[in-house]
Amino acid sequence: MAKPQQNCLRAVFRSSATCSSWRLLPIASYRSFSVLNRPPPNYEGHVPLTRVERAGLAFGSALWSFFDPTRADLIAALGEATAQPYFITRLRNAMLVSPTGRRILRDRPRLTSQTLNLDYLRSLPTNTVGRAYITWLDLEGVSPDTRDTVRYIDDPECAYVMQRYRECHDFYHALTGLPIMREGEVALKAFEFANTLLPMTGLSIGAVATLKRPERERFFSVYGPWAIRNGVNSQEVINIYWEEELENDVDALRERLGIEKPPDLRAIRKAEREKKKREKASNGSL
Amino acid sequence: MNNSIPRIVRRANRIRRLRPEQIQQSYRCFSCSIRHAQQQTPRPDESPRTTHFGFETVAESLKQSKVAEVFSSVASSYDTMNDLMSLGIHRLWKDHFVSSINPGLNPLIHTPSPSSSSTSAPTDPLRILDIAGGTGDIAFRILDYTTTIHNDSTSHVTVADINPSMLSEGQKRASKSPYANTGRIDFIEANAEQLSTIPSNSIDIYTVAFGIRNFTSIPTALREAHRVLKPGGLFACLEFSKVQNPVFDAVYKRWSFGAIPLIGQVVAGDRDSYQYLVESIERFPKQEEFSRMIGEAGFLIPGGGGKEGEKGGWEDLSGGIAAIHKGIKPAGSGIAAVGGGSV
Repeated sequence: MAKPQQNCLRAVFRSSATCSSWRLLPIASYRSFSVLNRPPPNYEGHVPLTRVERAGLAFGSALWSFFDPTRADLIAALGEATAQPYFITRLRNAMLVSPTGRRILRDRPRLTSQTLNLDYLRSLPTNTVGRAYITWLDLEGVSPDTRDTVRYIDDPECAYVMQRYRECHDFYHALTGLPIMREGEVALKAFEFANTLLPMTGLSIGAVATLKRPERERFFSVYGPWAIRNGVNSQEVINIYWEEELENDVDALRERLGIEKPPDLRAIRKAEREKKKREKASNGSL
Repeated sequence: MNNSIPRIVRRANRIRRLRPEQIQQSYRCFSCSIRHAQQQTPRPDESPRTTHFGFETVAESLKQSKVAEVFSSVASSYDTMNDLMSLGIHRLWKDHFVSSINPGLNPLIHTPSPSSSSTSAPTDPLRILDIAGGTGDIAFRILDYTTTIHNDSTSHVTVADINPSMLSEGQKRASKSPYANTGRIDFIEANAEQLSTIPSNSIDIYTVAFGIRNFTSIPTALREAHRVLKPGGLFACLEFSKVQNPVFDAVYKRWSFGAIPLIGQVVAGDRDSYQYLVESIERFPKQEEFSRMIGEAGFLIPGGGGKEGEKGGWEDLSGGIAAIHKGIKPAGSGIAAVGGGSV
């Protein structure tokens, strides 16, 4: 079939324009296959999907996770189903351009409870990256091991990039200071979309429709513009070697990357809650 | 959806209780359990007998634990997934299965007369054994059928399953059913290849629906069925089988291998269990071969076997997607079954 080959050659030339590596040759996974004769996996746990399956997974997971956002595995599947062929390759190329990104791709570090010493992180001073990270984890009640493994991305290196992005998500919470509630997650996804261009992050902004009215207004007036502005202007957050930044100050890191600290969402929400309580009390006393 | 808030709380509590060294076992995901099981490689002194697990080949000793992981993982969403995968048709199959067995002893017909000779056996209540029947789909249908069609309120069903999660789902449903405290239904945890708690020649009807393809050794399970059945007793098996029409088969295979694991991923969050399920369907022997295996275990095949149809060894459902196989234990010495079922 000429068409898919033309498309992937076009992608090769476009992406190789930004980097001079010729490793981006089309691989066997671009050849079409049916569900009855899948090609062998490229890495452990890999499931090569046909185009129809990928579309089905994208639609199914998008719809189901819209109504049930606690299904993190579906959001992960949505990310994998929509990242190919262009977006995850673009992200990997962005890593290849930066020296730190290249080191990450060579070392392929993983963020798990074995590789990170969680107790040591808890002992760090308050405004360090490591301490902020473990605070978010403890608040959410998860360990770094609860992130799903990447399965549906065909190229092993791009699969690692996706896995790295997924594992760094909690670090982005620490970096931006956005809390884990729905409002904070949507704002963080907007920031990630502006920075990484992964389609799943853009689609997740659709969750704005499920926010309450004052939250939605805050998003469109404050956090949305903040996210787009900072996501576009800052350096690629995928290139941060988090394992080396654990003891650094969060504010210093933010300055280095070119990210403004957003208004403290927790404080704003708390102030609003108190205001409502006072209004209710004063109305009740009338 | 509307129960998302308690689900968040439940999930957060479950995760908070995890300690790092326990996380691996508490994972619900199937691929992690496969990795865990694969790390327990069989010892060299064990006989290297292998069997199939979907399309994989595994040591026989490992298959049981791997199947256990699958069914513990799918137990809570079992009914929803069955409806989605078969588009609700599995209900029709099970209804037809039970009505084709026609269980029940009508008390007006089967009461022993006072002048009966001492050599004829009194009419015991019908004893039915439902194997791999964890959630009770077949058991409840049988009880309903005997009660409503034959006015038989004495027949008893024992539901046996090797998996405790499936059994507890069945027990939950039993407690909400009309049979809750009637003593007509029992749940036991048992391995179909070794029914040590069931005496020989004690069962009138042995049913197994969509379970036998998961057994490690089908001939062993068939021999055990032969042992526990009374002479004249009925063996009935409902299982996925081979589709006869090649065009329909092409469509069916693509639905099985494409859509079903995808539905498993989206609805149940578990692609691998459903991948195993469709692979195990593919691996199961076709109708003629399974009928021959039933004959080899010592059963008489109604109609002589070898072909499909009312006088044949099996009945195809939905073009061969599922099939009902039956066998009769030959009558001999011992307490004969009164014939409370039919072929």
